[in-house]
Amino acid sequence: MLKLGKKDAGLFLFVVIITLLAPFILNPFPESSAFAQFNAGYPDLMQRFVIFGIFAIGFNILFGLTGYLSFGHAAFLGVGSYAAIWMMKLLTMNVIPAIIASVIFAGLFSLVVGYISLRRSGIYFSILTLAFAQMSFAMAYSVLTPITGGETGLQPKVNDPRIFDGALAEGTTPTAGLFGVKMRDSLEWSVGDWLFTFNFGYYFAAIMMLAAFYVSIRIFRSPFGMMLRGVKTNQQRLNYTGLNSKPYTLAAFVISGMYAGLAGGLLVAMDTQVGPERMFWTASGEVVLMAILGGAGTLIGPVLGAGFIKYMENIVSKINDTILHQWFYWLPDGLEDAVVAMIYPFIGKGWHLTLGIMFMAVVIFLPGGLVEGGQRIAGWVRGRFRGKESPTSGKAAGTPAE
Amino acid sequence: MGILEVQNVNKRFGGLQALNNVNLDVVEGSVHAIIGPNGAGKSTLLNCFVGRLVPDTGSVMFNGQSLLGIKPHEINQTGVSRVFQTPEIFTDLTVIENVMIPAFAKRDGAYKLNPFKRVQDEAEIRDHAEHTLEDVGLADKLDMTASEMSRGDKRRLEMAMCLVQDPKLLLLDEPTAGMARADTNRTIDLLKHIGESRGITKVVIEHDMHVVFSLADKISVLAQGTVLVEDVPENIKGHPKVREAYLGEAQV
Ligand SMILES: Nc1ncnc2c1ncn2[C@@H]1O[C@H](COP(=O)(O)OP(=O)(O)OP(=O)(O)O)[C@@H](O)[C@H]1O
Ligand SMILES: [Mg+2]
Repeated sequence: MLKLGKKDAGLFLFVVIITLLAPFILNPFPESSAFAQFNAGYPDLMQRFVIFGIFAIGFNILFGLTGYLSFGHAAFLGVGSYAAIWMMKLLTMNVIPAIIASVIFAGLFSLVVGYISLRRSGIYFSILTLAFAQMSFAMAYSVLTPITGGETGLQPKVNDPRIFDGALAEGTTPTAGLFGVKMRDSLEWSVGDWLFTFNFGYYFAAIMMLAAFYVSIRIFRSPFGMMLRGVKTNQQRLNYTGLNSKPYTLAAFVISGMYAGLAGGLLVAMDTQVGPERMFWTASGEVVLMAILGGAGTLIGPVLGAGFIKYMENIVSKINDTILHQWFYWLPDGLEDAVVAMIYPFIGKGWHLTLGIMFMAVVIFLPGGLVEGGQRIAGWVRGRFRGKESPTSGKAAGTPAE
Repeated sequence: MGILEVQNVNKRFGGLQALNNVNLDVVEGSVHAIIGPNGAGKSTLLNCFVGRLVPDTGSVMFNGQSLLGIKPHEINQTGVSRVFQTPEIFTDLTVIENVMIPAFAKRDGAYKLNPFKRVQDEAEIRDHAEHTLEDVGLADKLDMTASEMSRGDKRRLEMAMCLVQDPKLLLLDEPTAGMARADTNRTIDLLKHIGESRGITKVVIEHDMHVVFSLADKISVLAQGTVLVEDVPENIKGHPKVREAYLGEAQV
C-alpha cells in the first residue's frame, strides 16, 4: 500500500485513524465531569498537536537520522510564519500561497544557515545554529522591523493590498481560509454529556501532517535515508567509502528546515499573527525535547513527543490549587493541605518542572524515548503471553532499518 | 611502472619522524606486504594514501593521478578501498546495510539525493551485498546489528564493505588481527581468491608472518619510518637487516 512496507503501512494507517478520530479520542471525559479539564479535543490544542508534530517530524529527519543537533530550528519556523503572513497581506487570505511561501522561504534560509553551520560538527554545529537563530530573533526585533513588525509582530489588516481578494468592509477582521471555508469553522456534535468539535483548520493541518509523516517514512526507507544514518554512526567511514557526506547532511538540513517552515505557515493559517518570540531559543529547544522525549530516530517518536509536550503545556499548566483542593477535599483538612502543597509546585506554572523531571527520567531510563517505553511494555506483554521473555525482539523492532 | 607509486614521503608528528623518505612501488595486480615493528609508521603510510593524513613532502601517485590534496571520498571513487586497523564500520546499522552503502557509492557516485527511491527496490545492490557477505562467511548474519558482532566478524564485514566495491587497490591494515587460526586461513584463501579472479592490487600490513609469506609477492620492511628493504619474500626471510630490525626481535 502506498509503496510502503507492511509494517510501515500499518503504522501509517494507525496514525491516519488516530488523527482523523482525534476529536473523539482526545475528548474522553463528559463535559460535566471533574475530568473534563483533561480533555484536549478542542480546536486550538488539536491544531497545535499536528503542527508541532510536523515541526518535530522534520527536526527528526536531521537529528534522528544524521545525529546533527540543530539548536536553531525555530528560526525556520519563524521565517515560515513571516512569509505566510506576508502572503496574506499581499495576495490573499487563502492559505495556499501562504503555505507554499512558508516552505520555500524557510527552505532557502535553511540552505544558507545549513551551508555555513555544516562546516562544523558536534557541539560547534549546535552553537552555530543557535547563534543564527538568536541573530534572526534579534534582527526580527530590531533592524528588520519594517518586514517583521518588530516587537508587536504582524497580522493581516483590513487595508492591506491583498490583490487577489476583494476589499474588506471597514471594521471586519481578515480571516484565513481555503476557498471560502474558514480555518476556524467548526462542526459541533453533542452526544449526551459529550461535545465533539470537528474543526476545519484542524483537519487541514492534520492532512498536512499526514503528508509530512508519509514523506518522512519514505525518506527513512530510501538509500538517501540509509546514508543519513551512515553519517550518524560513522561519518568518517562514509567518506572513506566514497560518499560525500556534505550534500547529504545539507539536504537533510534543508528538508527539516522546510518542515519547520510548513509548521510556521500553518501556525499563521490557524492564528493569523506572528511575533519574533516564535524564534526565541526556547522554541528551538522545545523541538529538541520533543524529538528526544518521543524517541529520536524513530518514525512515530517525534509526533508522540510533540503531542506529549503540548498536552502538558496546555493541560497541566491549567491545573491550579483550587482544582487540587477540589480533588482532595475528601482528605482530612491538614492532610489535604499537605498533599496539595506537595503537588502544587508541579502544576500550573510549574509544568516546566514536571516536564523537566519527565525528560530526565526518559533520558536516563528510556534512552529510546516514549517509543522504547512502548516497545518494552509490548515486549513484556508478549513475553507474558508466550511465557518467556524476548528482550531483543523489542529492540529490533525499533531499528528504522526494517 | 607501478599502479601505486610513493616517492620520498615524509611525515613528522612534533618531534617524531613517523615517515622518513619512504618510497614504494606497487605492481598492478600484485600483493605488496608492509611489515615492521609496532610504531614503525605502517598505518601512517596508509593514512597518507586515503586522505586521512597529508604528508609533509613527497608524492603519492595512483594510476597516474596524485592522491594528495583530494578528499577521502574522491580517493575512494578512483578505486581505492581500505580496511582499517581498528574496524571502521557503521555500528548502528545492520550487516547487510553496512555492505549496501559502499555498493551504492560504487554505483551512484559520491552522492545521489533521491529521498523517494526505496531501498527495497534495489534488488541488484542487495544481491551483490549478500554475495559479498557470503564470500567472507557472514551469510548468516545479514540482519544482525554490526555492533553486536565479534571483533573478527567486524573485520570480515569491513573486508566485505571494501570488496563489494571491486576496488582497483585494496589497502588492508592487519586484516587478520584478532582472528582465530581457522578464520585467518579463510581470510588468506579469500584474499588469494579475489586476487586471482579480479586482479585487485593489494597492499597488506601484517604482523602474522604466516599470512605475509602465503600472500605477498613483494615485501617492504619498515622500521622507525624508514624502508629498510623492499624485496621478494625469499630474500626477506634471510636478510640480515630485517633480522636485526624486526624478525630477530619477534623470533619468527
Ligand atoms: N595522528 C598522529 N599524531 C601523532 N602521532 C602519531 C599519529 N599517528 C601515528 N603517530 C605516531 O607515529 C608512529 C607510527 O605510528 P603507526 O600507527 O603508523 O605505527 P604502525 O607501524 O602502524 O604500528 P602498529 O603495528 O602498532 O600498528 C607512532 O609512534 C605513533 O604514536
Ligand atoms: Mg598500525
